[in-house]
Amino acid sequence: MSFDIILSILQENWPSYLRGAYMTLLIAVISTIIGALIGLFIGVMHTIPLRKKSVKSIFLKIINFILTVYVEIFRGTPMIVQAMVVFYGIAAYGYEMDRFVAAVVVVGLNTGAYMAEYVRGGIVSIDKGQYEAAEAIGMGHFQTMIHIILPQVFRNILPATGNQLIMNIKDSAVLSVISVTELFFTTKSIAGANFRFAESYLITCIMYLIMTFVASRILRYVEKRMDGQNAYQVEQRREEQMY
Amino acid sequence: MEKVIEIKHLNKSFGNHEVLRDVNFTVNKGEVVCLIGSSGSGKSTLLRCINLLETPTGGEIIYNGENILNDKHDVRKYRTHLGMVFQQFNLFNNHNVLKNCMVGQLKVLKRSKEAAKQNALKYLKTVGMDKYVNAKPKQLSGGQKQRVAIARALAMDPEVMLFDEPTSALDPEMVGEVLKVMRQLADEGNTMLIVTHEMEFAREVSDRIVFMDKGVIVEEGPPEQVLVNPQQERTKEFLKRTLK
Repeated sequence: MSFDIILSILQENWPSYLRGAYMTLLIAVISTIIGALIGLFIGVMHTIPLRKKSVKSIFLKIINFILTVYVEIFRGTPMIVQAMVVFYGIAAYGYEMDRFVAAVVVVGLNTGAYMAEYVRGGIVSIDKGQYEAAEAIGMGHFQTMIHIILPQVFRNILPATGNQLIMNIKDSAVLSVISVTELFFTTKSIAGANFRFAESYLITCIMYLIMTFVASRILRYVEKRMDGQNAYQVEQRREEQMY
Repeated sequence: MEKVIEIKHLNKSFGNHEVLRDVNFTVNKGEVVCLIGSSGSGKSTLLRCINLLETPTGGEIIYNGENILNDKHDVRKYRTHLGMVFQQFNLFNNHNVLKNCMVGQLKVLKRSKEAAKQNALKYLKTVGMDKYVNAKPKQLSGGQKQRVAIARALAMDPEVMLFDEPTSALDPEMVGEVLKVMRQLADEGNTMLIVTHEMEFAREVSDRIVFMDKGVIVEEGPPEQVLVNPQQERTKEFLKRTLK
């Protein structure tokens, strides 16, 4: 393994590497967002207070049961298997799914299954006093959720979402089994053509590391921004900003 | 005197444990009523029953001639007429001071942004927190938080203000600033129902004192009577323990 070889591989293949990395990032970001939304939905559904026996509560229980089944299946099986089942399963019905779409669906559903628990935990951990204060000024459950609880949950689940994003950047490599042209798949073709496996994959390794490192720094920065200062400077001018 | 809230035969139990037993009392317009009693006597539960944070197990709560415990009654609308101040402040952590005082006005009372803002600023000025409009709750001291919480409740322009041990979670040096604001509100003629352990404050500010023990109202009357010249044995005992 030598530095010269790495350089020449890069010189020859950098557009492919970049395209692969771009694809990896695109899949990771989109599927994390989808997953977070799914998780948010399930988390909210799981924490709706049930009132006695009503049609609504039975309906809700059925939905929650289905959602639990989904979470268990996607958490309990390997993503690589899910990718095969989704992609070839749908292909068996004569409909060829776009590979990129299949990738985003699989990773998104997978992320959603994990996020659901984080969100539920995030909602449960909000102080009861926040609900009571909202109730006391006449807000309904829905309003309380939208204006008071969920904004705080967002902040609480941000670290978990960040972790998930980093995992998705790495784990999207398994999607090469359904020939999605992400970074790992791209590297496979590059190495397959030049037979320099070690060097080709070393480059890939560094690219993954850069992506995950930058992602984690950005998220840390966002968290800090959201938290703001611990002390408040009294402003002398009366120009207060509106929200 | 005009009755604002009338409570008749109110009962509340948690499982087998009876917290309130046949409580009857009235809050009149412009009156300041202090609820006193040892912890566990049911005074906080009574207050929380009044704005239905706890659901009473029996009895009636009459507001404006209607029993709000009827199923048909719009609980959310009723709550907007009651301003609640909690022991633990419970400011909305995701909003700054100004928005804490605006969100209810905007989302529940459907006031315009401008009207809500003006109203919020007015009451933040009353409690002396108008310089902190952009501060987040975690940037404030306990006393400051509680004053904002009072402004938030006032901003809904309620008919009655309910205070649930508003100074119990505060450091001693911050109790004064909160009591000062409450005194001022009392002087302005607000209707207030206060659960408190501050006997001195209760004596000065209230028109009527209600002493509770073991879920029942033992004695009520003007402060001179209940605090200085109590009739009931249980009241005497309680006062001996607390006043020293």
